[in-house]
Amino acid sequence: MIINVARKELKSMFASPMGWVILSLLMFSFGTYYLNGVNDYFAVMSGAMRPAERTGVTQFVGQMVYGFASFMVLFAVPLLSMRLISEERRNQTLPFLFSAPISLTEIVMGKFIGLVAFLSILVVFIGLMLSTLNIWADIDFGFIIANSIGLLLMIASFSALGLYFSSMTQQPVIAAILTFIALFALMFLDRFFAGDPSNMLASLSLTRHFQSFSGGLIDTGDIAYFLLFIITFLTLTVRRLDADRLRG
Amino acid sequence: MNNFTVEANELTRLYGGREAVSNVSFTLSKGQVLGFLGPNGAGKSTTMKMLTGNLAPSNGSVKICGIDMMESPKEAKALIGYLPEMRPLYKELTVDEYLTIAARLHRVSAGSIKKAVEVAKDRCGLGHMSKRLIENLSNGYQQRVGIAQAIIHNPMVVILDEPTVGLDPIQIRDIRALIREVGAERSVIISTHILPEVEMVCDHVQIIDKGKLVFNGAIDVLKKHRIGNKLLIGMHNAPSTEEMLKIAGIIEAENVSAGLMRVRFAEDAAPAESIVQTAVQNGWGLYQIAPDQTSLEDVFVQLTYQDQPVVEQAAA
Repeated sequence: MIINVARKELKSMFASPMGWVILSLLMFSFGTYYLNGVNDYFAVMSGAMRPAERTGVTQFVGQMVYGFASFMVLFAVPLLSMRLISEERRNQTLPFLFSAPISLTEIVMGKFIGLVAFLSILVVFIGLMLSTLNIWADIDFGFIIANSIGLLLMIASFSALGLYFSSMTQQPVIAAILTFIALFALMFLDRFFAGDPSNMLASLSLTRHFQSFSGGLIDTGDIAYFLLFIITFLTLTVRRLDADRLRG
Repeated sequence: MNNFTVEANELTRLYGGREAVSNVSFTLSKGQVLGFLGPNGAGKSTTMKMLTGNLAPSNGSVKICGIDMMESPKEAKALIGYLPEMRPLYKELTVDEYLTIAARLHRVSAGSIKKAVEVAKDRCGLGHMSKRLIENLSNGYQQRVGIAQAIIHNPMVVILDEPTVGLDPIQIRDIRALIREVGAERSVIISTHILPEVEMVCDHVQIIDKGKLVFNGAIDVLKKHRIGNKLLIGMHNAPSTEEMLKIAGIIEAENVSAGLMRVRFAEDAAPAESIVQTAVQNGWGLYQIAPDQTSLEDVFVQLTYQDQPVVEQAAA
């Protein structure tokens, strides 16, 4: 049943130009970064004489592309997540889902998985794009896998938060703005506490938890953080929709 | 074990302390079409939302084919097809895509989805619209898609909130035929404020006003209310009401306008013949005599604007 809701979301996503435009624009920018990365690699490495200054091509290009990608999804997710529930609320199509034999949890999970599946196309494409380096170099696939997992978790957390804000309002634009502000704050929370890295609030920052992945390290602590983040916001969304049924 | 398809038990819904629906109880059996009547804001839609599990009742319970909506909502919802007042259509999809999704969400098995979609389109006259975007369909066709969505999984109970709004007369006739057809083997609940429609398609009527059930019974009872024992008589030289009352069987007579008189006669009396005879003998100049029907609208107004207790009539 979750899959059926997700399939419906994917269908709607691909039925409007929005999905295609965002996918293509993002891929275009990632591609540009990838090409620049490869060019820069030669420029920088030809100047780096000592072995200590040298880094692998996977890490050099990968860090550039994944760093940029984690920043770009900050704009892409609110645009895609905004309409998930708020538009259904505005068009009064929610009764269609509510009167079907599916639970609220299944509806929310379905919508969430639909969005994450859509965005994971990007993660797969970035992975494939970087893998093409393997044609002339011997690349570090572990690094790409760790980064892909990190990026996917980050996208999933963004989507969960976006879904929650989308369930709170009837106006997709308001949902998008709120999501963007909240994500922006969470991303750059650690910058505010740069002088005091051990601060509790700084460790709430999403960027900080992405850092270990971007270095090629899969840390269970960070995975747990992302999973908790996702579960929290999905639960809040279910509760928000349940309030509709109870309070009307 | 009874064979009620819908059992509503003392349904009450509060909106911030105000009772939108209070103590509504009724049952519906297989093969019945129930018409839900009421003025705007009477609580028709709220009751329907509660029946379909879209709204939690503040008090009371709903059972669909014996399954409690509160306790096992998924099983109960699987037996219902619901078309809300605002059509829940995804306008960016085509008719086929939308109906396929509806079938899938309503647990139609993967193998028979195609067939279910075809059958639903066929029944609602949507065959040639398959590949059109719902957005580009006319109002009437969108309504048909909404109805197709509600019957696609062949549910035991079909609940349609104002299904004929915005349709042209021919479409309305088609939809009514469809409701009758579905109602023959399943149960149908429709809400409307078009009174003749109720008379045409329903065999059971409920009138709801200010959240309370003011009438609940078979359509025949409502019709009886409507026809009454009245005659309208037109005469050129109208006699006084006293003279009219002398005719056997007449209990009441009143002047409607110059030359027009309305008389009420006792149950089981048929005074028409004696009225005509007397009129001819006395030269009243009779030119018209006809049963006087209170319009359904009048009955409706009577029922909704009088403080009278619920008229309970057991189903025949």
